[in-house]
Amino acid sequence: MPLTAPDLHAWIRAFADRVAEERAYLTKLDSAIGDGDHGQNMNRGLSHAVDQIDDDASMSDTMRTVAMALISKTGGASGPLYGTLFMDAGKTTAEHEELGTPEVAALFRAGLNGVQRRGKAEPNDKTMVDALLPAVEALEDAAENGTPLSEAIQQAANAAKKGMEATTPLEARKGRASYLGERSKGHQDPGATSTYYLLDAAATAWSDRA
Amino acid sequence: MKKLINNPDDVVREALEGMAAAHPDLLTVHFDPTYVVRADGVPDGKVGLLSGGGSGHEPMHNGFVGRGMLDAACPGEVFTSPTPDQMQAATEAIDAGAGVLHIVKNYTGDVMNFEMAEEMAESGGIDVRSVVIDDDVAVEDSTYTAGRRGVGGTVLIEKICGAAADKGYSLDDLEALCTRCNDNVRSMGMALTSCTVPTAGEPTFDLGEDEMEIGIGIHGEPGRKRMEVEPADQIVERLMTPIVEDLPFKDGDDVILFVNSMGGTPLIEVYLAYRKAAELAEQHGLRVVRNLVGPYITSLEMAGLSITMMRADDDIVELWDAPVHTPGMRWGA
Repeated sequence: MPLTAPDLHAWIRAFADRVAEERAYLTKLDSAIGDGDHGQNMNRGLSHAVDQIDDDASMSDTMRTVAMALISKTGGASGPLYGTLFMDAGKTTAEHEELGTPEVAALFRAGLNGVQRRGKAEPNDKTMVDALLPAVEALEDAAENGTPLSEAIQQAANAAKKGMEATTPLEARKGRASYLGERSKGHQDPGATSTYYLLDAAATAWSDRA
Repeated sequence: MKKLINNPDDVVREALEGMAAAHPDLLTVHFDPTYVVRADGVPDGKVGLLSGGGSGHEPMHNGFVGRGMLDAACPGEVFTSPTPDQMQAATEAIDAGAGVLHIVKNYTGDVMNFEMAEEMAESGGIDVRSVVIDDDVAVEDSTYTAGRRGVGGTVLIEKICGAAADKGYSLDDLEALCTRCNDNVRSMGMALTSCTVPTAGEPTFDLGEDEMEIGIGIHGEPGRKRMEVEPADQIVERLMTPIVEDLPFKDGDDVILFVNSMGGTPLIEVYLAYRKAAELAEQHGLRVVRNLVGPYITSLEMAGLSITMMRADDDIVELWDAPVHTPGMRWGA
């Protein structure tokens, strides 16, 4: 069965729960190379977003609501980045009643494009793009191969995890971590980590969807 | 953590309530979304001037709202960018038909949030421009692609652009002036101690009793290097030399010299440092035609100082001298 609006609601709730659970860990990662507020900021934005979700709302309205909640309550750089991700991703859902693998691939591709437009980050800058890009590529490959959604989204989550882990040796070229230069090496990027949770939450929420 | 606060989560709101109570003649504070706006309204046809950023740098920016400087400011949480809904509400409040200029310090979060606010305001039919301030010579532009940070130059630019907007500059002209000021200003700072963000409860970084950090940002970000504390004259020279060399300032230039306390350094030490900074400026053949001394862009209780120098032509000096009446800066009015 393909995705409908309640599946997006479940995904966003799962993402919020995961960030709440890992809040201290995200903050610890951010304290090492940023300003130590990523866990707290993401948690504040997402709990507000979850409060705003209307169970009867369409997919595109839900995505827009979440985007606006993140933009107004998260603060820092994460608010605009995740807000733009949901805003742009949501626009792709407007013309669909339900989403299969190709539509989910298009959704995350639009989100990635939005993040890159907003943050101007390239791969290997040690940012959330390093987790999101491999996930999008995995989804696009899966769409081409006709892979069912549950499997495709799991592959995307695995790719995001690998991408996240690969940020550790990189030198940051964007955001506050970039002021550290060389000293940013040896730390996993907190933004790539929360992006992995975003994909992993989808894999969990959509594990029985085709 | 020992601070004169109630609850760490209420610090920004309660400080704003205090500002509103102290300066009802100059400014009004709005909550949800939070912004500070001049009390007497923006005159019809005047370009609105808006800035904003994390709290903890007082008097910047809220303290520069009033007459002859900012029309509105958006405060974020301590050291955290404000959000686009605040900026959009403030932009709408100060649009008097001639458009609104956003003055943005170059930090990733600030730049992105202001960019979104700009898009939102434009879709609402308001002509909005923004100029990003990046005057910190401590950050090597070529290595770090987030670019240089916006620091002390912002204070001078907000004063000068505020005067120009009052004088009737169009949005185009104001944007050009703001860019020209940014092109002609350089800053560098240093810290003797760290600072403690109230919600964090612990110092942002550790600095030994005999250590200082040269090239510090205004949120306790790392600087160029950590070293043993030296006599003030040597420290001032360590800040002035990169500033002079970077622009570069030339023999015979007129300058505005600004020596700023990071919050914890008392005025007696800031004046002591100003004495040396002015002497060094003269040795480089520069004429200090105006100056500013004191805590204007701070990092909570951090001890340390920053030095800012702007190359000033007659236009800029005239705008600098124009009357200003805000909680944080006042002369001629």
